[in-house]
Amino acid sequence: MSAVEEINNQSNIAEASGVVVRFAGDSGDGMQLTGSNFTEATALYGNDLATFPDFPAEIRAPAGATFGVSAFQIYFGSQDVTTAGDDVDVLVAMNPAALITNLKDLIPGGLVIVDADSFTDKNLTRAGYSENPLEDDSLDGYRVITVEISKQVLEAVKPFGLSHKFAVRCKNMWTLGLVMWLFDRDRSVTIENLKKKFAAKPEIAEANIAAINAGHAYGETAELPTGIDVYKVPKADVAPGLYRNTTGSDALAFGLLAGGQLANLPITFASYPITPASSLLHALSQQKHFNVVTFQAEDEIAAVCAAVGASFAGSLGVTSSSGPGITLKGEAISLASSTELPLVIINTQRGGPSTGLPTKTEQSDFNQALYGRHADTMLPVISASSSVDCFDVAIEACRLAVQFMTPVILLSDGYMANASEPWLVPDIKSYKSFPVSFETESENFTPAKRDPETLARVWAKPGTPGLEHRIGGIEKDIDTGNISYDSENHQAMTDLRERKIENISQYIPEQTISSGPEKGKLAVVGWGSTYGAIHQAVKRCLQEKLDVAHIHVRYLNPLPDNLEVLLGQYENILVPEMNTGQFVNLLRSKFLFDAKAFNKVSGQPFKIREIETEIKTILGVS
Amino acid sequence: MNAPVAELTIKDFASDQEVRWCPGCGDYAILKTVQKTLPELGVARENQVFVSGIGCSSRFPYYMDTYGFHTIHGRAPSFATGIKLANPDLDVWVITGDGDGLSIGGNHMVHLLRRNVNLQLLLFNNEIYGLTKGQYSPTSKVGTSSPSTPHGSIDMPLKPCSFALGCGAKFVARSIDTEAKHLGPMLKRAHSHKGASFVEIYQNCPVYNDGIFDDIKEKKTAAETRLVLEHGEPLIFGAEKNKGLILNPKTLALEIVVLGEGGASIEDIVVHDETNKVLAQLLANLKLPDFPEPIGVIYCDPSAPDFTGEVYDQRVLVREGKEKPDLNALLRTGHTWTVD
Repeated sequence: MSAVEEINNQSNIAEASGVVVRFAGDSGDGMQLTGSNFTEATALYGNDLATFPDFPAEIRAPAGATFGVSAFQIYFGSQDVTTAGDDVDVLVAMNPAALITNLKDLIPGGLVIVDADSFTDKNLTRAGYSENPLEDDSLDGYRVITVEISKQVLEAVKPFGLSHKFAVRCKNMWTLGLVMWLFDRDRSVTIENLKKKFAAKPEIAEANIAAINAGHAYGETAELPTGIDVYKVPKADVAPGLYRNTTGSDALAFGLLAGGQLANLPITFASYPITPASSLLHALSQQKHFNVVTFQAEDEIAAVCAAVGASFAGSLGVTSSSGPGITLKGEAISLASSTELPLVIINTQRGGPSTGLPTKTEQSDFNQALYGRHADTMLPVISASSSVDCFDVAIEACRLAVQFMTPVILLSDGYMANASEPWLVPDIKSYKSFPVSFETESENFTPAKRDPETLARVWAKPGTPGLEHRIGGIEKDIDTGNISYDSENHQAMTDLRERKIENISQYIPEQTISSGPEKGKLAVVGWGSTYGAIHQAVKRCLQEKLDVAHIHVRYLNPLPDNLEVLLGQYENILVPEMNTGQFVNLLRSKFLFDAKAFNKVSGQPFKIREIETEIKTILGVS
Repeated sequence: MNAPVAELTIKDFASDQEVRWCPGCGDYAILKTVQKTLPELGVARENQVFVSGIGCSSRFPYYMDTYGFHTIHGRAPSFATGIKLANPDLDVWVITGDGDGLSIGGNHMVHLLRRNVNLQLLLFNNEIYGLTKGQYSPTSKVGTSSPSTPHGSIDMPLKPCSFALGCGAKFVARSIDTEAKHLGPMLKRAHSHKGASFVEIYQNCPVYNDGIFDDIKEKKTAAETRLVLEHGEPLIFGAEKNKGLILNPKTLALEIVVLGEGGASIEDIVVHDETNKVLAQLLANLKLPDFPEPIGVIYCDPSAPDFTGEVYDQRVLVREGKEKPDLNALLRTGHTWTVD
């Protein structure tokens, strides 16, 4: 039963186990801000939640244009929430363009809140409506709250003497107030946020606060259509402890700080602005009081080179970008591999090729991460499965980089980078440290010296007396580190570099099963941000007693040693990916499994239902 | 162990690697002068780092017994910036060439100079690609015949010192590969300057572009073809030291006069002021055959802050009045809630 059906079935205070709300409006309407404030209030309320900010590449598209619609979706509930939800229960549409582009996702009977003032002839035409949908029968299948929001807002903020332009801008807060009333959320955090955000312009803060209060009051007092009233979503039953919300980008930033601390190293973070990776640069730039230097380089290449230079000098170099930027960094990544210096490369993937869909999500840089460099440049590749998981994976990337003196690629994506979810805040003291010890012994020193177990090359930083040495991109003698063009030596060095990376599988956890049986008819194998949708789909199938398991792979190169045996226990393997089938090809070629690909590259994450249907098709049930 | 700084000699800076440049290459002379100059700088060997890109000149770090990083084509300025960001106390030398530094790496050169990263950058200019076997470079004269321009190169060359000034470099000097007595002091000046010090070194490639600087280097012509710059001294040249440069106030251009001819006297000659950027730009543009080519410090503005120093000052400022950074506390700031 959907939330709204539940509401329909009860009068007055209704209860629902989970609700999906989507705020949609012009790219200048402040929908992302509205969404993030609602998220914060929802988290404080105690619901589990997941969000999906979905915005266009244009910063301010022409007002009323369909391609300029910016949306923020949140799924909140009383149970294990891991996706932003398949279908929308409540749609807030700030203009005709937002309505026409989002209505298809609203469930039958769903609730739609519209700003009647924005349904002007001009906006209707621009959105492609020949008739006003508020006046014909096109919304008959839904429940509609039509409010002249702009008029209400202008009235509410009148005492603050704002110009018409600034006054109308408060309408997102008015709408937020109404939605907060609908779900019994506390406005105080948003009010606090507004005061902070507009500290220099108190009249704007006050106007926005008046708007949110007016929206809330409207819900309480207005004669709304029958059946629409406050409804309660019970608090989620989650592990006890202190929680906060985090996006993937923020979790990555925290994770890098933690990784540096656990390695006992300063971090030098060098990056170049690119959507959707820039938020990591922004987040780390705020943390200069920690042991981190951030550097906005002149281009992607300079960024990775500065990071490698920093690693040479004894810092942990980190660079971050999205697919096209990672392509530019390729040559320097290979140098880091050849000189065996630590380097963390974070790829927040987006739709491609080329500029592609900069603000939309995809997992199509898997092949690039594994193979996208000249020559035999092997390196570890790991992936985060959710916003929260970004924290642990960032730490793990730092560990692998310094423990094995190698560049490491961490794959995130636009979805988890922007989406937020509640996070049971960890205690950094509970993480195992991996302090780096730099070489100091000058007797018999060569830069080719390596740890016999991990095969990691020695790290001797400039400034250490007696260890002066040269490294570079020319092939190095396996014993002395001096340049060598010897053919047998090149074979030996290539073998050594390959063995070093393969050997990392000894130092990573064994692959576990996320849910479902240890053997059986079907394993759904995923990596990255598909975790949430696969998790829910498999969960639903397990509730229906279907024979299916979920295995989610963090370590993409090298793969966990037990993965082949583990996957061999299932008759079928299904690999859902937001690409044309890249990881599935690795499983096929490496293990000769007849793994089935299930692919989607629409710029949108998988819906739970899509994966569920695919599972049932393979299992022959429907 | 390393010798005390005061006792370092030229030998301490020569690595055990065989030098592999072509016989007669100007790089040998530069290498010797650098190795001879370093002991005089008062910097410990372990704190010296040589960073290079790709090309003949970029093999330089392998022959220095200091820390060295032979990186990728054109990107040495970026690696060097990273090294300085990680450890501003290191004394960094970037070694590059006209192809490496001004063609594939032109963008990084712009930003290194603009940011004023505190290091020395030596650009070996031989007006040709040596390591890839003789193609023309961005500093090759128009008409240079090369494997890729068999009918002569067409595009206009750039002038490295003008380029550097245009990027906002605060220290710009020029010297000559085989003239240790000039190059050595230039290296010391570059080293003592706080910020990005750009030194163009005319360097002969005996294989692919032999003799292009002969007019400037050879004793019998040098007096007429070079303008030796000394801060506070008039811009005089010529075998008889009777030629000088005056500023034509109508065209705002430098012109050559002969002292005693047409009423020109020593008072009319422009006095070199290395802190004058306008003059520096005029000087950096002088080229044979119309003008003698300036040798020496063209421009030096010691007042500008250096980038990595500012980065660290800003960090200190950010930390002021704050508690010791605590990650657990950071994770718990902002809006949090407790589930019992």
